[in-house]
Amino acid sequence: MLCQECNQRDATVHFTKIVNQDKQDFHLCESCAREKGDLMMKGFGNMGTMGSMNPFDTPAGGFSFHNLLSGLLGLEGTGSLEAQASPHVQPGNRCATCGLTYAEFAQVGRFGCADCYRHFHQRLEPLLRRIHGGATTHTGKVPSRTGGLIKKRKQISAMRQELQQKIAAEQFEEAAVLRDQIRTLEAQLGASEGV
Amino acid sequence: MQDFLREGSRWMKEDGPHADIVISTRIRLARNLGEHPFPLIADDIQSDAIVDKVRSVVCDPAFMEAAGGRFDYLTLHSTPNVDLLALMEKYIISNTLVEHAKRAAVAVRDDEAVSIMINEEDHLRLQVLMPGLQIGNTWELANRIDDLLEQQLNYAFDERYGYLTACPSNVGTGIRASVMLHLPALVVTQQIHRVLAALGQVGLVVRGVHGEGTEAVGNLFQLSNQITLGQSEVEIVQSLQSVAEKIIEHEEAARNFLLNENREVTEDRVARSLGILAYARRLDNKETMQRLSDVRLGIDLGIIKGVNKNILKELMVMTQPGFLQKFYGAQLAPGERDWRRAAFVRERLQMDDCHI
Repeated sequence: MLCQECNQRDATVHFTKIVNQDKQDFHLCESCAREKGDLMMKGFGNMGTMGSMNPFDTPAGGFSFHNLLSGLLGLEGTGSLEAQASPHVQPGNRCATCGLTYAEFAQVGRFGCADCYRHFHQRLEPLLRRIHGGATTHTGKVPSRTGGLIKKRKQISAMRQELQQKIAAEQFEEAAVLRDQIRTLEAQLGASEGV
Repeated sequence: MQDFLREGSRWMKEDGPHADIVISTRIRLARNLGEHPFPLIADDIQSDAIVDKVRSVVCDPAFMEAAGGRFDYLTLHSTPNVDLLALMEKYIISNTLVEHAKRAAVAVRDDEAVSIMINEEDHLRLQVLMPGLQIGNTWELANRIDDLLEQQLNYAFDERYGYLTACPSNVGTGIRASVMLHLPALVVTQQIHRVLAALGQVGLVVRGVHGEGTEAVGNLFQLSNQITLGQSEVEIVQSLQSVAEKIIEHEEAARNFLLNENREVTEDRVARSLGILAYARRLDNKETMQRLSDVRLGIDLGIIKGVNKNILKELMVMTQPGFLQKFYGAQLAPGERDWRRAAFVRERLQMDDCHI
């Protein structure tokens, strides 16, 4: 079907907007969806995600859809709650380090500093789940210097899993070796954490 | 002309695996420095601090040696516009970086296979760009350079969320791995939509490289990962590799079909395109890309002989406005550009001894 906005390109973004019992269906092509997304968030135009269509610049259709979602999420979050709340900012609405408010983040789609992740932590979870197919935890590479302890902890939990497997498979000798290795690592971890 | 062609990046000049279908492989890692505000809210002083800090790390001879080559460190505001355009057209820097030229910089290795954008959407965007399909090598190099940088820079990293990026759509691994594919046979046999539709279900996304949305000018498509959190870099990269291999299989089958079942029609189309490129006086960008795609297919199928395969990679970049301006040494008005483009293509084709 054709985009209902421009009537030229194929509609590839379909979403339904329900505001207070009022339901609207949208069928848009990517460029109109992007524009609409920008309009909804009162544009900071180019969201610049990595490696989408024209290898760098404009956001991928997929991402502009997530823009819409985060915009909806942000707007809904700040809308009804704050209407009844007292005028000063509630916890989880402003990053203490850089001063960015969640509303501002919802408009632009970008954070102001690393601490924003901590301050907006609660609202972040559903957003991350939507964007990353249900995931909210990092399971990949860890920086070798600053992530040293994290690496050890991950290693220990991987070894514990293996230990359970060995026990289940009744390979008790190997399990014992693993158990000792885990004890050594835990001791190292305890020492460096200064417990 | 010979000298000018040497201005191409490594991905344009070299052949990689599956070079007849895969144009290039690219991996980008987004990183930010801890203790510094992100580019969104950083002021000029803070942005300059980042530029200076990264410069001191990258321009260190020890770093350059470990990273495999000399690096040029360019601040965008002091680089001529035509050079910035050319870098964009070779896919070394992005539009977004140029938009923020006042605060931005880029470090480029001499073969242009490695580049680091500074103060784009994130503090650092490391890119490795290689010809053909070589995801393993590309990831290995990107990983290594990332480690080298990390030895001197404190990355913003969280145990739970991973590498912290300006945009939550990149958080976690911060990796965007992509492969640029040339799929003329799938397009002409009208199988492309079926093949692409299946991909959405595995966390990958496909876009036309030029043109809007999924419209693919020149039959060029970019396949990349969409999800960066919850999977490891290795998992993401492997899944990209296996899907790319599947698409290659389909394209090869479609090409065989064209050669065996549909030869005359294909020969005609390919021959016409070669004729137009060789003789036309005026060529717009879209038509150029389309004809180049046909000619490249003709070369791959053995219909056109005597033309260097790399002609597609060279010309798809060098017929862009910035490069044309570089070659003809003057700012060209859009109308003028089409005539110059055609002249450039004719001259390039005359270098080879093409025949059908």
